[in-house]
Amino acid sequence: MSEKQIDEISGVSTTGHEWDGIKELDNPMPRWWLIVYYATVVWAAAYVIAYPAWPLISKATTGLLGYSSRGEIRQELDAAKAAKAGYIAEINAKTVEQILADEKLRTFAAAAGAAAFKVNCVQCHGSGAQGSPGYPNLNDDEWLWGGKPEDIRKTIAHGVRFAEDKDTRMSEMPAFGGMLEPKQITQVASYVVSLSGKAGDATAADLSAGKEIFAQNCAACHGADGKGNREMGAPNLTDAIWFYGSTPEAIAAQIRAPKHGVMPAWSARLGDVTVKELAVYVHSLGGGE
Amino acid sequence: MREASEVETFDATAVNSARVRQPLYTARKKIFPKRAEGRFRRFKWIVMLITLGVYYLTPWIRWNRGPYAPDQGVLVDLANRRFYFFPIEIWPQEFYFVAGLLIMAGFGLFLLTSTVGRAWCGYTCPQTVWVDLFLVVERAIEGERNARIKLDAAPWSASKLFKRVTKHAIWLLIAVLTGGAWIFYFADAPTLARELATGQAEPVAYMTIAILTGTTYVFGGLMREQVCTYMCPWPRIQAAMLDENSLTVTYNDWRGEPRSRHSKKAAAAGQVVGDCVDCNACVAVCPMGIDIRDGQQLECITCALCIDACDSVMDKIGKERGLISYATLAEYESNRLLATAGGASAIDPRRVRDANGKLSDKVATFHLKKLLRPRNLIYFAAWSAVGLGLIYALLTRERLQVNVLADRNPQFVVLSDGSIRNGYTVKLLNMIPEPRTFTVTLENLPGADMNVVGMDHPAGRAFSVEVEPDKLRTLKVFVRQPHDSIAGPKQSFRFVVQDTASQESARYEATFDAPVEPIR
Repeated sequence: MSEKQIDEISGVSTTGHEWDGIKELDNPMPRWWLIVYYATVVWAAAYVIAYPAWPLISKATTGLLGYSSRGEIRQELDAAKAAKAGYIAEINAKTVEQILADEKLRTFAAAAGAAAFKVNCVQCHGSGAQGSPGYPNLNDDEWLWGGKPEDIRKTIAHGVRFAEDKDTRMSEMPAFGGMLEPKQITQVASYVVSLSGKAGDATAADLSAGKEIFAQNCAACHGADGKGNREMGAPNLTDAIWFYGSTPEAIAAQIRAPKHGVMPAWSARLGDVTVKELAVYVHSLGGGE
Repeated sequence: MREASEVETFDATAVNSARVRQPLYTARKKIFPKRAEGRFRRFKWIVMLITLGVYYLTPWIRWNRGPYAPDQGVLVDLANRRFYFFPIEIWPQEFYFVAGLLIMAGFGLFLLTSTVGRAWCGYTCPQTVWVDLFLVVERAIEGERNARIKLDAAPWSASKLFKRVTKHAIWLLIAVLTGGAWIFYFADAPTLARELATGQAEPVAYMTIAILTGTTYVFGGLMREQVCTYMCPWPRIQAAMLDENSLTVTYNDWRGEPRSRHSKKAAAAGQVVGDCVDCNACVAVCPMGIDIRDGQQLECITCALCIDACDSVMDKIGKERGLISYATLAEYESNRLLATAGGASAIDPRRVRDANGKLSDKVATFHLKKLLRPRNLIYFAAWSAVGLGLIYALLTRERLQVNVLADRNPQFVVLSDGSIRNGYTVKLLNMIPEPRTFTVTLENLPGADMNVVGMDHPAGRAFSVEVEPDKLRTLKVFVRQPHDSIAGPKQSFRFVVQDTASQESARYEATFDAPVEPIR
């Protein structure tokens, strides 16, 4: 300990610390400062009693006010649920078409549908619902099973080729690999390419042979003009959108041994309200009819 | 048993005996400022009236903005995120106006301080104004300085209790009104007043009042000068703002010293006497409890009440006013050198007086042109530049805006006929309190048309849409271009938004994405 040093000018003792000749005065603290300190001590004691504080072996003391952050979350969720209840009841009572006609309800349902989509649908359809080969793009105006609000709802509710649901969308294109010669398959594939207005390198003879094969084997489902049939989920072959690829090779492969995608039925898992919300969201992506 | 004288005695003193012990914590020493009379006190009354008037009355001024906006002159509408200041309405994205005002306040404070010292502290700081107000109450109830000192020292009695209770009750009332006035800036004042009175206001309103009541009462009534010396950073910062040409409240010791209470007698005895009669009037009026004659000090808020007190004494004894005055350090130093003959001797006030006993011509006085020094001019220029910039921004700001966000996922969609579609989230901002109808048009992008989700109209190159007063409307717009019109994977085009009534317009440069490979 150094000797007590007194600052000459103020007559106050210094702390003994010195920086470039400047010494720190050791003035006493104001008493209100002490009072504030005691107040914080009282506050801390009260806080420990009122709120969860002391860790015990399996949990902490609960505190007199019974507060918990989990409980707070629960309250907030309940409040959010209560706030949504009116909309939910309305969605439950209305058809998808009616929901779309009501701007407020549509905005709510589309937002809820977008959230449900991100959890349940993006795995196959992509985060922007843009799809990928074998998984349809939901933004465009091509619909295998119909693009009206009710059609979309039904597809989501019951799925496609989903055996557990008896109302599921069912169709199966036969594998023509055993029924047609490889050359015939190439010919009909060339014809299908030409249907959508794409120029190919097929000869006129191949195309007319392909046209004949199409009329005999394909027109029953895809229609004589190749525009498809939504009753059977038969795609339109004349447009610019191709589910499994648009090259002659990809089309020939699909004729030889078709792939068949499966989509689960969602009504049992998500409930009718969420399914309707999803239908509203998908319909409002821009391709809805 | 031994005699007491046989017990060994020690030559020791208790280091921490109550007599010599330094207190660890010091109690506040009460200050009982006497009421000053004079020009600065009058000026302070006026400033107090204006500042308090502005604070309490502003929320009650009405300003007609039509049927779609509140009619309160100044309103911070937190719930709707709007700030109204008479004809000006500010949206959250225009908060830079407030930032600009804060920068102006900063430069203004620098300018004020470098010219007239801590005038903010002494005249307009809320702490000073409210302490002044609380002192008025204290004086009215407990009497002038001497009566208050006596009362404070007196034992508790019914009359003392009555006076104290009355004083604190009025202080609390003022504090409640202070907190109460604050919340009216955040909601429609008459409505909120009615709700407050009937107990139906939001809990946050009562909480705010309670907190501000507490701070006003504690800071203005109980802590007073301690807020300035212990809590406020400004007394420390001001040191960097002051220079030798800044006006501060100064005790002119070059004419005051040596001070004497018996100046006539001392003068008769041939002693040198200054103008200071050591009456302590300056000390008695000081709300900070300091003696200005100790020189410039941290605690001094330059309220100039000591100037008033001293001037009236100077008038009485027939001396010139200004023993305590607003002076710059430069003047003070030059006069001090004059009085001490260049620092060679102690102060002799005869050196600053001429043969007739008047203050000599050599005494330096303040010249207004000292205000025009570079530092002040730079502060003023910066302050004005920000101000002019704000006015310019205010006069040229858009009241119709459009923001467009292109869909990123997917960037484009191929439709069944081979045409390409891009999605955009278009936000239309109608920033005036009137409903407006806007026409949204596509510019460039040949062959394209658009439609809006939820709006039932045929696809086209233009559509009109109503936007509510003072609201933003978000639209989901799909733009479609036939595949044979597509000029490349990235095409620039514009959304043009026009108010059908005023022709005011806004545009947004957007990009239309298409696949690199042709579709057909």
